Amino acid sequence: MTAFDEMDLGPATQSQSQSQTQSQGQGVRAPYRDYKRWLDAAPGDMLARRRQEADLLFRRLGITFAVYGEGGDTERLIPFDIVPRIIAAKEWKRLRRGLKQRVKALNAFLDDIYHKREILRAGTIPEDLILRNAAYVNHMRDVTIARQTYTHIAGIDLVRTAENEFYVLEDNCRTPSGVSYMLENREAMMRLFPDLFAQVRVAPVGHYPDALLQTLRESAPPNCEDEPTVALLTPGVYNSAYFEHVFLAEQMGIELVEGGDLTVKDDIVYMRTVGGLKRVDVLYRRLDDDFLDPRVFRKDSMIGVPGIFAAYKAGNITLSNAVGTGVADDKSIYPYVPDMVRFYLGEEPILANVPTYVLRRPDDLKYTLEHLPELVVKEVHGSGGYGMLVGPKSSTAEIEAFRAKIVAKPEAYIAQPTLALSTCPTFVESGIAPRHVDLRPFVLSGETMRVVPGGLTRVALREGSLVVNSSQGGGTKDTWVLEDDETPDNIAAGGDD
Amino acid sequence: MLSRAADNLYWLNRYVERAESMARILGVAHRMSMQSTHGGTRNDEWEAALIIAGCDKSFALHGGPATRRAVIDFLAFAPDNPSSIHACLKAGRENARAMRAQITSEAWESINAAWLEMRTFSIAKVEADGFNTFFDWVRERSQLFRGVAEGTMQRDDAYRFMRLGTLLERADSTARILDVKYHVLLPSAADIGGAVDYYQWGALLRSVSAFRIYRQIYRDSIRPLKVAELLVLREDFPRSLHACFAEIVSILQYLRESYRRDYPSVRLAESMLLKLRYDQIDTIFTGGLHEYLTNIIDSNIELGAAIARDFMQPN
Repeated sequence: MTAFDEMDLGPATQSQSQSQTQSQGQGVRAPYRDYKRWLDAAPGDMLARRRQEADLLFRRLGITFAVYGEGGDTERLIPFDIVPRIIAAKEWKRLRRGLKQRVKALNAFLDDIYHKREILRAGTIPEDLILRNAAYVNHMRDVTIARQTYTHIAGIDLVRTAENEFYVLEDNCRTPSGVSYMLENREAMMRLFPDLFAQVRVAPVGHYPDALLQTLRESAPPNCEDEPTVALLTPGVYNSAYFEHVFLAEQMGIELVEGGDLTVKDDIVYMRTVGGLKRVDVLYRRLDDDFLDPRVFRKDSMIGVPGIFAAYKAGNITLSNAVGTGVADDKSIYPYVPDMVRFYLGEEPILANVPTYVLRRPDDLKYTLEHLPELVVKEVHGSGGYGMLVGPKSSTAEIEAFRAKIVAKPEAYIAQPTLALSTCPTFVESGIAPRHVDLRPFVLSGETMRVVPGGLTRVALREGSLVVNSSQGGGTKDTWVLEDDETPDNIAAGGDD
Repeated sequence: MLSRAADNLYWLNRYVERAESMARILGVAHRMSMQSTHGGTRNDEWEAALIIAGCDKSFALHGGPATRRAVIDFLAFAPDNPSSIHACLKAGRENARAMRAQITSEAWESINAAWLEMRTFSIAKVEADGFNTFFDWVRERSQLFRGVAEGTMQRDDAYRFMRLGTLLERADSTARILDVKYHVLLPSAADIGGAVDYYQWGALLRSVSAFRIYRQIYRDSIRPLKVAELLVLREDFPRSLHACFAEIVSILQYLRESYRRDYPSVRLAESMLLKLRYDQIDTIFTGGLHEYLTNIIDSNIELGAAIARDFMQPN
């Protein structure tokens, strides 16, 4: 499969050994030109030395993610690649418009299905797909929430396949993580390559915590009269994203609370402090719905807050993201997102979905079963890339085993063509070589919508691999959105577009 | 600030201070064992170190004689000894990690770097490289952490609870060192004023960085009474009980003012400070230094419990 390489022009992607020399004078895509010039002028061992420095830096900063079930040392460094992924100003502007449009539609959809259900009555989305969805939360029916905004923080995973082809791979509307890597990666790059930042105009990302705090404050509940008190609710130190929770709370200057720090009296949520109980108005919760309130959801949850859902329904606290957003990012709903954009906004989607076969539809099922070796088949309630079949990478036996699962329960699956994910130059053992990447920008929805330029680029470090998950050998890169001369990218916390 | 955060930060500094105290105790034991002109058996120093650290019983459970190597291994490296330097730095770093939102990144980086480097030490390595290098390293890392916190942190409640942790732990350590050296190892009357005495008390002073200070203040040979006065009653010596309690009280009074609550711990600390302010060393010796120190150690434990009840336990 020929992948689109984001640095090099030219028909074929070079093999690793050639790439360094071949791209020297010629064929570098415009966004990478300044970087490449700088790279060519640098001494040969520079990258290797900087990578060592980067490793030390990350260990010192304590940026680790937890991997459980492997025994031994549970803290690991997520691999960081020191070659930036670069996006042109013009490319980003289009993406940003598309992201805002998509998230606006997702929020409208969530409000609709928990209230009027117009999209179901119009027959745009099959009713049972929503109402019988495991991620649909009946308790949220007719609950009024601030600004009718459900997903205040959305992470939209994008992939690129060609110069002008970006696709949304999936939406994350529950508790998307990874933004701390975006911020720390930039911090590390600025420490490692100060001279480079002097030469290339990179749009800053450091104001994300500020934008997030503003978004949260704007989402205060109806019954909040004073300046809202915001806190971040974490499942605790054993959560794999705990580092990020600490980091964001620190950056925003808000309390990082665990379930045990909170208590509910008369439908009002308080935190326990050295000076007594203090009221909380907005909770940026990084805890799944199931664990939130043992009185309403899982009774065995030890990390939740008994009574918080009643406080939520009473309009005394905002939970961010709202309860029940999972139904918007379920894989069975994904194929309908472009229809949501048309239905709620009356616009054509700017960002396309990956063409998707919905196996509950007989035609799609037939096609899929005939083309299994070419397709990626995903379980609709799975996540993390475990319950899936990657046709081109699977043996005949594996394909046949999966075929049986599909035939037994077609509605549990969707299928997509194997995409030729774009590659970016990446510093690996053998030098600089192309590796597949994706991109997760973060979209904030408060009084206005805010998108910090770029996002988190994940990279599959193994040659040929398309799996970018950090649990499966993926790493991250700093993502640069270049600034152009006409309009400096929106860096103020206010709205744009 | 959250009750849980106050608890974590308080213990963060207690752990770091405890690691430093342990290094001081081991350093002085090591020094004494090299100039063993005293009459006791060769293991006296190491047994005293175990007693001061409050680890004599847990060490005994491990079995084996209290040799230099065994005691240093147990007090510095044993991961299952909750008071070992290893365990203290690990626990301190864990607390700091949980509290990254409350401390400066410099303070976090300092304790994190200390823990990462701690993992590279082992009894075999420090035996080969020299024990003192390691003890000095621990002391320096602790001082560096405190210094970084002092130099970067906002003077908020987070900082105040960290200071409380340092001060309670330090008071406890000073009282124990003095008590054990005086009570357990008090040489027979014939030795008083002799060479043994000089080295014993000199080492004690060194263990709390007070050798030179003693000379400057007293301009006299080293006498138990004056050493005790320095460590218990002098307000200008930073590791003395008086100095520790003066700061503890001022922090607790500040908290009482800012939250306008009646905290029993504040009254307890104030009464302890009053004693330290007005007691005289002669009368303390008449009543018995050991009894006096035991009383302080017990009150200090009670104060720690009262602080926990007032500030750290869920309302």
